[in-house]
Amino acid sequence: MILLVTTAALILPLLAILAYLVVKAWPVLSWSFLVENPTNYMTAGGIWAALVGTFDVVVLSLAIAAPIGVLAGVYLSEYARENWLTRLVNLAVVNLAGVPSIVHALFGVGVFVLMAGFGRSIVAASCTLAIMTLPVIITSTTEALAAVPFAFREACWNLGASRWQTIRTIVLPNAISGILTGVILQVSRAAGETAPILFTGAVFYMAVPDSGVASWFPYGLYDPFMALSYHLFTISTQVAGASDALAYGTAVVLIALVLTVNLVSIVFRVRLRSRRKW
Amino acid sequence: MASHVIFRNVTVKYGAKTALDDISLEIPARRIFGIIGPAKSGKTTLLRCINRTIDFIPNVRITGEVTIDGEDVFRVKNVCDLRRRIGMVFPLPVGLPLSVYDNVAYAPRMAGMRDRAQLDELVERCLRQAALWDEVKDRLRLLGTKLSGGQQQRLTIARALSHRPEILCLNRFSIAVDPVTTSKIEDVLLELKREMTIVVVSNLVQQVHRLADRVAFLNSSRLIEVGPTDVLFSEHPAHQLTFDYVRGHFG
Amino acid sequence: MRKDLRRQFSTLGESAVEWAIRLCGWSAILFVFAIFFFVFREGAPVLFGELDLKEFFTSVNWRPDSTIRPQFGILALLAGTASVTALAMAISVPAGFASAIFISEFCGPKAREALKIIIELLAAIPSVVWGFIGYMVLNPVIIWTTGAPIGINILNGGIILALMSVPIIMSVGEDALKAVPDAYREAGLALGASRWQVTTRVLLPAARNGLLAAALLGVGRAIGETMAVLMATGHSVRIPHSILDPVRTLTATIAAELGETVEGGTHYRVLFVIGSLLMIISLITNLTADLIVRGVKGRQST
Repeated sequence: MILLVTTAALILPLLAILAYLVVKAWPVLSWSFLVENPTNYMTAGGIWAALVGTFDVVVLSLAIAAPIGVLAGVYLSEYARENWLTRLVNLAVVNLAGVPSIVHALFGVGVFVLMAGFGRSIVAASCTLAIMTLPVIITSTTEALAAVPFAFREACWNLGASRWQTIRTIVLPNAISGILTGVILQVSRAAGETAPILFTGAVFYMAVPDSGVASWFPYGLYDPFMALSYHLFTISTQVAGASDALAYGTAVVLIALVLTVNLVSIVFRVRLRSRRKW
Repeated sequence: MASHVIFRNVTVKYGAKTALDDISLEIPARRIFGIIGPAKSGKTTLLRCINRTIDFIPNVRITGEVTIDGEDVFRVKNVCDLRRRIGMVFPLPVGLPLSVYDNVAYAPRMAGMRDRAQLDELVERCLRQAALWDEVKDRLRLLGTKLSGGQQQRLTIARALSHRPEILCLNRFSIAVDPVTTSKIEDVLLELKREMTIVVVSNLVQQVHRLADRVAFLNSSRLIEVGPTDVLFSEHPAHQLTFDYVRGHFG
Repeated sequence: MRKDLRRQFSTLGESAVEWAIRLCGWSAILFVFAIFFFVFREGAPVLFGELDLKEFFTSVNWRPDSTIRPQFGILALLAGTASVTALAMAISVPAGFASAIFISEFCGPKAREALKIIIELLAAIPSVVWGFIGYMVLNPVIIWTTGAPIGINILNGGIILALMSVPIIMSVGEDALKAVPDAYREAGLALGASRWQVTTRVLLPAARNGLLAAALLGVGRAIGETMAVLMATGHSVRIPHSILDPVRTLTATIAAELGETVEGGTHYRVLFVIGSLLMIISLITNLTADLIVRGVKGRQST
């Protein structure tokens, strides 16, 4: 009936588009595409520099955001007293998650690039991405913690366990799957976002060693860098003479990366849901 | 009869609501002390004051003094140590999401006990005391949350005994439990009173009549009457209200 | 003795951990408020000086780099954002609701799980990829089907934004429908109504608030979107006359121009003012959606 048709009308064309992208990218997709650097003013070669740049900036941003976000979530859920301030903070966190990504770019430029003096660099971009992912990590942590029944905490307190002991031994271990799912999802989001890194560090081209150990860690913390998402943007809109296949190839790699990470988080979530202990 | 726990003019307010209104009573050592009264009369709040889990309730104001062996509970140096001196059993059975063994070993481990042999011995002793050992002795690795309701309630009692409390408090322990288990637990309590002071809060007046040596009757946050069980359950308790409540005329 | 020492260390260690937790809590709170505060602050100086607010909101002349007299009218940009969003919502709201109803009411459980996973994966596709699809794939299709001279315009951006907003409308809408108690469904069916009638006459009105919130969140997402519209709607700053006209949105303007501004200059600050405007809009839509949903919960609990 109509509903089935509408739903199919949404899903099928999208699958068709994805298939089309893969087909157009086919001539270029190969292992060397992934591990070679762009050459010839971006009109040929691979995407290695961009891949490694995305990896670096995502890892650094999650290294900042995940510990702070999870601990902040623990604080808000387990320690903070129920008053107007906590309610306000929760409201602010939830709404911050909905802020347009370009506003994060503005914040990043103003605070990290200019005020803190990092310049356009991996550090500035990572910090910007960290601020972007922080609210969602906090929210998924507080939700995961809230899913652990209050009765467990009460039982532990009555047995003479302190608040932290209770959190460490009962609450956190039983919430960790929900927390990890939230963090993994933010990995994929950080890898795919372009706006926050537009002016905080991503550049059109950086010379990166082609091989050897240095090619694995080409960017210093204060260097600008190439990133997969930004690379897709520039190569499709700003490089004349590049073959279409290069752009499609970059798109396909980015989609594959993001979808893989998301699939991992979904599988994780499903498996851990079946192993719940109460 | 030495007094173990003494309440002196204790008033507890949650915001604007009064939960306990100027309560003074003495709980004798090594006896079973029963507390009866209709819903919302302050019975649970009273228990929470003894082991200071009332601290976890927001916006609470407490005046008066609660002492255990003469020591003011609100001035102890280490609250967790205090809580280990008191065992608490709730209305709804709560098995922690750990194995049966780890459930009972939880409190001693949090207190620092590491020795495996000691823990083994303690787990067995507590499960035996709670009349649960025979049913779980081959299944100690089983998840505590997978036991039946009656078994989980006995597990809660075993847990409460695991830190060798001086005072064991039971808050309406038989609500979610079948009559057979209830009767087993009542037998356990009668055994245990040789070693510790027991406080039983119950809506089942007859249960308190069976178990308690001394009874307090609370109504609407006030202590109406306290005295020997025989007196409160006799034809002539000190207050008409007591007579009416015990006979089921209200509440 | 050793046990005492160990206890002392563990209490110390525990205080340290609890302090670390408090610190993280407070710093996260700080960051959260800092964003709002900072973006407003960077744009503020210009509000009391060079920026004529009346001109800002009512003029179509956006000439920030003019050497004679810079003009900062965002009316055309507002029109750009509004037109693309409106078209996107016109497509995605009905489609999203239809799919939400399908998944919630007319779908078997296995198919539902599969569909929900597909939706989730769709929602994960980065916006630059959507922009790419608009720019490379949809562009020639539009030119070919409509005969327009260029294929990056409102139509392109609207379709792309619709595809991007559908997942959130679908998932929040499905939540809203799921929240309607089964008792309603059973009552309707017991009265002899067909599944379709129960859905349209009973469930949709009951889930009205949640569905409205879903639509609002979709709007919020569309307004805030940057890369996709940057690539798919074009660069023309003028009020559009047809859906085949290229436009520029507020978000794309910031993305396109921030790199060229002088730090602290007027153009720079005006872009921050636009950013503040975007933040306010998204705050309002999110808060409204939140309030609407809260209203539902409140009513249902009585």
